[in-house]
Amino acid sequence: MTTLEFRGVTKLYNVRGSGQLKALDDVSFTLHSRQTIGLVGQSGSGKSTIAKILTQLETPTHGEVLLDGAPIPRRGRGLRTYRQQLRMVFQDPFASLNPYHSIRHHVERPLRLDRVVPRDQVDAEVRRLLERVRLDPDAVMERRPHELSGGQRQRVAIARALASRPALLVADEPVSMLDVSIRLGVLNLLADLQREEGLGVLYITHDLATARHFSDEIMVLNQGRVVERGPADDVILRPRDPYTRELRAASPDPEEFFRRRAAQTTGGAR
Amino acid sequence: MTDTLLSVRDFSVVYDVDPPVRAVKNVTIDIRRGEIVGLAGESGSGKTTLAYGVQRLLKPPAVITGGSVIFHDADGSDVDLHALDAEQMRRFRWDKVSMVFQGAMNALNPVATIGAQLDDVFRVHRPGMNRAQRRAEVIDLLEIVKVGGQRIRSYPHELSGGMRQRVMIAMALALRPQLMVMDEPTTALDVLVQREILKQISQLRHEFGFSVVFITHDLPLLLEISDRIAVMREGEIVELADAERLWTDPQHEYTRDLLRSFPRLTGARGVVVR
Repeated sequence: MTTLEFRGVTKLYNVRGSGQLKALDDVSFTLHSRQTIGLVGQSGSGKSTIAKILTQLETPTHGEVLLDGAPIPRRGRGLRTYRQQLRMVFQDPFASLNPYHSIRHHVERPLRLDRVVPRDQVDAEVRRLLERVRLDPDAVMERRPHELSGGQRQRVAIARALASRPALLVADEPVSMLDVSIRLGVLNLLADLQREEGLGVLYITHDLATARHFSDEIMVLNQGRVVERGPADDVILRPRDPYTRELRAASPDPEEFFRRRAAQTTGGAR
Repeated sequence: MTDTLLSVRDFSVVYDVDPPVRAVKNVTIDIRRGEIVGLAGESGSGKTTLAYGVQRLLKPPAVITGGSVIFHDADGSDVDLHALDAEQMRRFRWDKVSMVFQGAMNALNPVATIGAQLDDVFRVHRPGMNRAQRRAEVIDLLEIVKVGGQRIRSYPHELSGGMRQRVMIAMALALRPQLMVMDEPTTALDVLVQREILKQISQLRHEFGFSVVFITHDLPLLLEISDRIAVMREGEIVELADAERLWTDPQHEYTRDLLRSFPRLTGARGVVVR
């Protein structure tokens, strides 16, 4: 089992003219393999800063990030091994794939770079990965990203992330750019893969509804601080923190909306 | 004065490319005075083409191939939008029907103050107003949308996304139009800001009595703010019903599919199978 730990992480950004901005304020949490955590909060709450620190694009000002109890190497082979363990799926499948390269190339690169399989098995592994995300290898392998739909592209991005057989996956708004009718398909695919591969997933989103259905636990971030964390249903259905309540009240919820409206109408008739 | 503000009959738009794409097919819909009509559908369903098309805002290769659009002005006259010449159309837009575009960050001019951009609306459409009157109107508008009159000299980049979207609403409201077409006005905003903007739109609608055509793919949101909802698919309105009716008793299979694609915030689990 792989465990990732944020221990008292604070991140300060220098802002010209107005001193320092505390993007993260003493954030601690652990993510295990086989576990899905939903990370929610409004813009500017620090969600992306967590993702950037996880991928070592930023370093914490205070505190540390540990993988299985050891600090993450800043460079060299150690960093490479860490990145092999933790992969990202980005928001925009139109921007995260290189338009010049074929789908085969995208999935093949991590296989070759990380020497996941012997050279003569690379082709078979690309096919296996594409099938894994329910794409037909023969139909898509030689195509370029622009020939694929948004949903298909995001599947390619997922296949690429899985190529180096990571233990943990960070998915930053993986479906918010996709058409509504295919969002659930991609989320369900991620959920299946999470279960079958025993992945630990950090699902970053501002959409409380999908966070609830997709995650075991939800962590709510406000102004760089974790204000609430618990089992998904508890956090959404019985929020304790005022900020979580505010977020929930602002999210569209037709079920509750029409129930309340019906109650008002009957109340008025009396 | 009739109850109907805009009558669209058998309206069709074709994108004249090879092969031609029938983006809007024989759409008929009436917009009533003071109501919020939601246009729901996925990308490519024709909802934006329809909304732009009725105002003749489309550019080639889009061609309006048929149908009529009649605007029933509050002053009692009926205006056939397709019979107006370019100058009449220019005067009609913004004055009678205004637009709020998606992505306020891109819709405002980055090198002009928001005051100057609002002032432009009056200079063009109300040439009779003097500078002091225009300034008073601009401040008034900024107050109405709760940006605050003191922001009159701010540049767009000095405002948050939500504030910029409010400025866009102020612009659309400037000439007190009878219809506002809003194309994904809150899609780029986060939930808390989105909720505030939606409240404001409802409030302004009650205060000024304009109708709204609200375009978005976010059906749960649409259900909460619309009086009626038209669900579009492949250029056709497959279902048009009161919001509550659409929720409790959807008639078309596609509407049911669309409703099912949104996990419930508080309802039963199981849409995402884990």
